[in-house]
Amino acid sequence: MRLIALLLLCLCATVVWAGQTTPFKLDIGQGGKCVKDPEWMRKNHMQLLKHQRDEAVRKGARDDKVSLKTCVECHASTKDNSVIARDDSFCVACHRYEAVKLDCFECHSGVRKSYWLKRNAK
Amino acid sequence: MATLSALHTKNKLFYLLLALGGLMVLAGLYAVHMMEEHGHIISGMNNQIVWGLPHVFAIFLIVAASGVLNVASIGSVFGKTIYKARAPLASLLSVAMLAGGLTVLMLDLGRPDRIIVAATNFNITSVFAWNIVLYSGMFSLVAVYLWTMMEQCMNCWTKPAGFAVFAWRFILTTGTGLIFAFLLARQAYGSALLPPMFIVLSFAWGLAVFHVVQAVIYAWNEKVLDPTILQRKKNLLGIFVLGSLYMVATYHFTNLYFANRVEFEHFILFDGGLFPNLFWWGYVFFGNLIPLALIYLPGLGQTRCVMAASMAVVLGAFVFLYVFIIGGQAFPLSIFPGFEVSSTFADGQINEYHPSVYEFLVGIMGLAIAFMITTVSVRVLNFMPQDKHYIAD
Amino acid sequence: MSEVNNQRRAFLKTSLGAAAVAIAPGMLLFDMAHGSTEPVSGKVRWGMLIDTNQCKPGCDECVTACNTENGLSGGKLPTDSQWIRKIEIKDISTGRQSSLPMMCQHCEHPPCVDVCPTAASFKRADGIVLVDKHRCIGCRYCMMACPYKARSFVHEPLHDQNPDVPRGKGTVESCTLCVHRIDEGLQPACATSCPNKAILFGDLNDPNSPIAQKLRTVASTQVRADLKLNTGIRYQGL
Repeated sequence: MRLIALLLLCLCATVVWAGQTTPFKLDIGQGGKCVKDPEWMRKNHMQLLKHQRDEAVRKGARDDKVSLKTCVECHASTKDNSVIARDDSFCVACHRYEAVKLDCFECHSGVRKSYWLKRNAK
Repeated sequence: MATLSALHTKNKLFYLLLALGGLMVLAGLYAVHMMEEHGHIISGMNNQIVWGLPHVFAIFLIVAASGVLNVASIGSVFGKTIYKARAPLASLLSVAMLAGGLTVLMLDLGRPDRIIVAATNFNITSVFAWNIVLYSGMFSLVAVYLWTMMEQCMNCWTKPAGFAVFAWRFILTTGTGLIFAFLLARQAYGSALLPPMFIVLSFAWGLAVFHVVQAVIYAWNEKVLDPTILQRKKNLLGIFVLGSLYMVATYHFTNLYFANRVEFEHFILFDGGLFPNLFWWGYVFFGNLIPLALIYLPGLGQTRCVMAASMAVVLGAFVFLYVFIIGGQAFPLSIFPGFEVSSTFADGQINEYHPSVYEFLVGIMGLAIAFMITTVSVRVLNFMPQDKHYIAD
Repeated sequence: MSEVNNQRRAFLKTSLGAAAVAIAPGMLLFDMAHGSTEPVSGKVRWGMLIDTNQCKPGCDECVTACNTENGLSGGKLPTDSQWIRKIEIKDISTGRQSSLPMMCQHCEHPPCVDVCPTAASFKRADGIVLVDKHRCIGCRYCMMACPYKARSFVHEPLHDQNPDVPRGKGTVESCTLCVHRIDEGLQPACATSCPNKAILFGDLNDPNSPIAQKLRTVASTQVRADLKLNTGIRYQGL
């Protein structure tokens, strides 16, 4: 049921924003130069993540350049070190706007690893 | 002849039954939602008893779905007229129960939202994966079979379709038995006897379900089943019950002969608390001996007795599966044979299982789905067995 | 025919070698910065030799280390995950007692991989048996099939997982041999934490590795060796 809803929403949500501005508030964290240009990433980041995930999990080919951890490292908010903590967090803001379910962080940590290690060392 | 007001009452009753079934399905869906939200922690299942009540219900429905087709096969494959008249109803029941069982199995998954993954990633060595093919194949085959029976210009294809269904259902029940037969390390399972045992069990359970449903439909339509027909079908049920008792006895006897399984057999047959009681009283006595008495004892064996016998067989089936599935997991897995073991992960301990209301509701939902499909179909399409004046084949 | 093939192979080797030399400086820099982007090699087979004579009864340092490393709660309820556990065993006929850690045995022929309908359970080229949680539908058939009860099912929603060890509700999990550490060239947490150095980790296939050398000289056993699963975890002194 949830899956059908998700598929339908994916089909509907083909809106790609023109220009550089987003119609909602978005905390891009540190940002900086991404592995691909932002326009491409907006449309295709899931393909990149999916490909990388199969390579890393099943073959052990860990390309840190395109790993989810590295995404979080750059894009976690500088305020709370997370990509999912708030409504305007990097992943949440967009996914909410597009109404696409965000499934990664049920298992993956949405927190910057460096911060997580520091906090858990205490 | 039924009067108009009687028809009205019946109509109301029909919708009431439908609403009841729908309510049960809704309750099941609510339980599924809760299990999605909170995880399986709210069920009684745990890391030791990994399969629980939902699997008891699901496996009953799937095995009985295969067995009920026996009625159709005897008609189409072996050409017995009285069974031929019942083939459409049997096929309908099969589809309904299969749908119910699979829904339960699917919704009990840890990630039911990912069910599509099961279709896109297929592990060729997994009997679960084979079963996905077997179940969907069964749906389509039975649908085609039904079509050839109900569409008159397709009647010439009934026999080949019947043969295909006949073969497919054997393989399907074999697949269900293999799920357990392939568990090499567990004392309770891992036996090549399980697939044939499940096939014979399916005959008895399927026919019992068929008897119950048929009796209800006849009563609903205020018709009386020809006693000679009932006589024959009653004898068949008796033979199937004896057959399944024989298979179950053989399974336990062979286990008793293997030194490494003797302990398990002692647990399940004698000193395992609830399980031996369920096995001897629930399954052997209530699920086999009582039906046999009702069928064969002189003076008994009328319509009402056959009904009671069939219902006892169905209840016995649930008890059997509970002992087989839960009891099999409750007995500690032997990792170090010949050693006394203890750990924080219940090694060497009898595992406890306390089913919660949620998993019960999920299981019941399977029955409710089967009930609703059957009720609606029987009302809108002609599944009523049409007997000509009975002539012995 | 085969000669031609050999020649071609030799030519390819030389040219590839030349190409490698040409781009090596860049590659090396990249490698140091980002870790291995190559798939793991099938020539390696990771394993452990656990010396039960050195394993103290009552000590559960390895369990604690595993919980900390992988972010497990450490709870002992029947619904809590336990990737590694200490088992105290006593020979019924002789009365001899020993203590040992039990976890996924990383079989060469893992039953969990055979039975998994979606191929979520899989064996990596270097012999580590893992669950691909992106594919796991939570049917728990692998838990039924495992002869070692090595697997746990996540019964509750989880929060604040270790960024290196994703885990989530509704999927099955088990010892990963600390695959995230192995891929960084480190040893599994249990092996490094053992105060008595009872756990020796290494490459079973490399004849010069300490583990292979020790396996050649001391008597070791596989648990449930009768099942012929050829486990990667071996025990000494059982």
